[in-house]
Amino acid sequence: MKRIEEKFAALRAKKEKALIVYLTAGDPSLDMTKKLIFGLEKAGVDILEIGVPFSDPTADGPVIQAASQRALKAGTTLAGVLKMVSDVRKVSEIPIVLFGYFNPIFAYGVKKFALDARKAGVDGVLVVDLPYEEAGELRIYTDASQIDFISLIAPTTDKERLSKIAASAAGFLYYISITGITGTATPKIDNIKTEVGKIRKITKLPIAVGFGISKPQQAKEIARFADGVVIGSAVVRLIDENKNNRDLVEIISGYVSEIKQAL
Amino acid sequence: MKQTLPDKNGHFGIFGGRYAAETLMPALIELEKAYEAARQDKNFQKEFAWYQREYAGRATPLYYARRMTESLHGAKIYLKREDLNHTGSHKINNTLGQALLAREMGKKKVIAETGAGQHGVATATVAALFGMECKIFMGEEDIRRQAPNVFRMKILGAEVVPVKSGTATLKDAMNEAMRYWVGSVRDTFYIIGTTAGPHPYPRMVRDFQSVIGRETKKQIMKMEGRNPDVMIACVGGGSNAMGTFYPFRDEKNVAMYGVEAAGLGMNTSEHSASINGGKVGVLHGNKTYLLQDAFGQVRDAYSIAAGLDYPGVGPEHAYFHATKKVKYVTVTDKEAVAAFSFLSRKEGIIPALESAHAVAYAMKMAPKMAKNKIIVVCLSGRGDKDAQTIIETGAL
Repeated sequence: MKRIEEKFAALRAKKEKALIVYLTAGDPSLDMTKKLIFGLEKAGVDILEIGVPFSDPTADGPVIQAASQRALKAGTTLAGVLKMVSDVRKVSEIPIVLFGYFNPIFAYGVKKFALDARKAGVDGVLVVDLPYEEAGELRIYTDASQIDFISLIAPTTDKERLSKIAASAAGFLYYISITGITGTATPKIDNIKTEVGKIRKITKLPIAVGFGISKPQQAKEIARFADGVVIGSAVVRLIDENKNNRDLVEIISGYVSEIKQAL
Repeated sequence: MKQTLPDKNGHFGIFGGRYAAETLMPALIELEKAYEAARQDKNFQKEFAWYQREYAGRATPLYYARRMTESLHGAKIYLKREDLNHTGSHKINNTLGQALLAREMGKKKVIAETGAGQHGVATATVAALFGMECKIFMGEEDIRRQAPNVFRMKILGAEVVPVKSGTATLKDAMNEAMRYWVGSVRDTFYIIGTTAGPHPYPRMVRDFQSVIGRETKKQIMKMEGRNPDVMIACVGGGSNAMGTFYPFRDEKNVAMYGVEAAGLGMNTSEHSASINGGKVGVLHGNKTYLLQDAFGQVRDAYSIAAGLDYPGVGPEHAYFHATKKVKYVTVTDKEAVAAFSFLSRKEGIIPALESAHAVAYAMKMAPKMAKNKIIVVCLSGRGDKDAQTIIETGAL
């Protein structure tokens, strides 16, 4: 049922940290995304963030912007992504979070989305441009569908906001490790440690850290105090660089298993 | 008591709001508080009025266009001459307000997006005036077709950052400005140029631009002893139209028309008419009418007028459309170019291609109206910047 919660509980029991990997769905094709998901699961990835491409990704850096454009050119739609997730669900129990922007969901219909996403086996949604204040119009449906609404905490989020966000958060809290868009800066480990400590005081939910993590050593250091690390742009870049290579799945799997081992 | 909009989260009915990344939310809330304080601060308002008068050159004239009126054989046409503002458009009304606010908030760096370059020039101008560091994001296509404004921004000391993504026009410039802001939000003030974006921008820009309508009200009362029958303004994001209409929103018997750009025609996909040709969606921090496909991907807008070339529209316009307070109509490239030439030759006033859309609609309406009726057109900017575009159309 609650795959995200169960996953973190199982990891905690084994004293392991979660490796969360982001992929832009449909880059280079939905079929390849599915193959990559299976490869990633085998390589030890704990939770998947599947990016639903959007024409105007204002919180993303150049790598994910370009991936979104390629995915849209390849004809990727939210309906197609949900179909792909339901295919994955037939054979896999890996927790899946859909990551994206509100307009494609709004155009699909928020109510229909919550029902179809549940049916497909989606476990969580993370909508970058739906902050606490605006989340209600989606959450009334996704909460009812028992889909975790994953909330972001930024380095700029103050204490009062943090309490409000944490009070209604579900699944895990996602701490943005840099003041910036995805994949564009190197996080400062000491600052992140302090901030994660503050979040820890007011929530029992697991805390994942992402935006700008690309190296095993960084992941290892962050995993000492966080419950999970998110790798996004680094994987998306590697997929693009090797999209014509027959061994694409092996290359990506090799990269992530190196990070998983470091955790 | 009458409810004033937007509500506390920036909603105008179902429109507006604050659909922004968490990293920006604290800055937006801080800005909202600072703006609320400035709004009620007599000294701030006094200083703002001083700069509008002594620096921008307000009040702008409400000019009776006699030759235009006579040749159309209908309603009397008045032009609200926003083109006579310092920097050549209404944009300075807003940038002066926001720069003063940035100064109050202790921010020494400003950024802005620009389409036609008018907002970029107006931002570069106030940055020079207040000694602020300035970056302007502009699509490469717009850099090409609005070259004179690019030079002006550089002369004023601003850095012009070319944006290559998408169609390399206003939407993409705004995407890039928002991305830059996510990374620089602690010390940088984002001067948005229109009544769009996340709350509090639509409201703040509306308030700063409302000087257009307030002056018009006084001026037409003095000249004609009554309100106009019709008011017309062009709508891209919609700041000059909102500034013109807002002070008249509760007046009876004033029909207001917002003119969207029909580009190559409403039966094509090459237009920028978000209200007439779009659906409700969320982009750039607010819910409004958007040009988009069936899957919620935002479509590229098109207009010969770079400043109207935007796939969204300010949320309060969406609200005025839904509540039928304002009627939103369209004018094609061809009609706008004809109006551009007409006004230039009849009145010796070269309008911006954006404003020429409003002029074109007045040319359609005036002949059908009685001679004792009054039309006010917001002439939002001057057209020198469009010389190259007009030469390319072969209209000369």
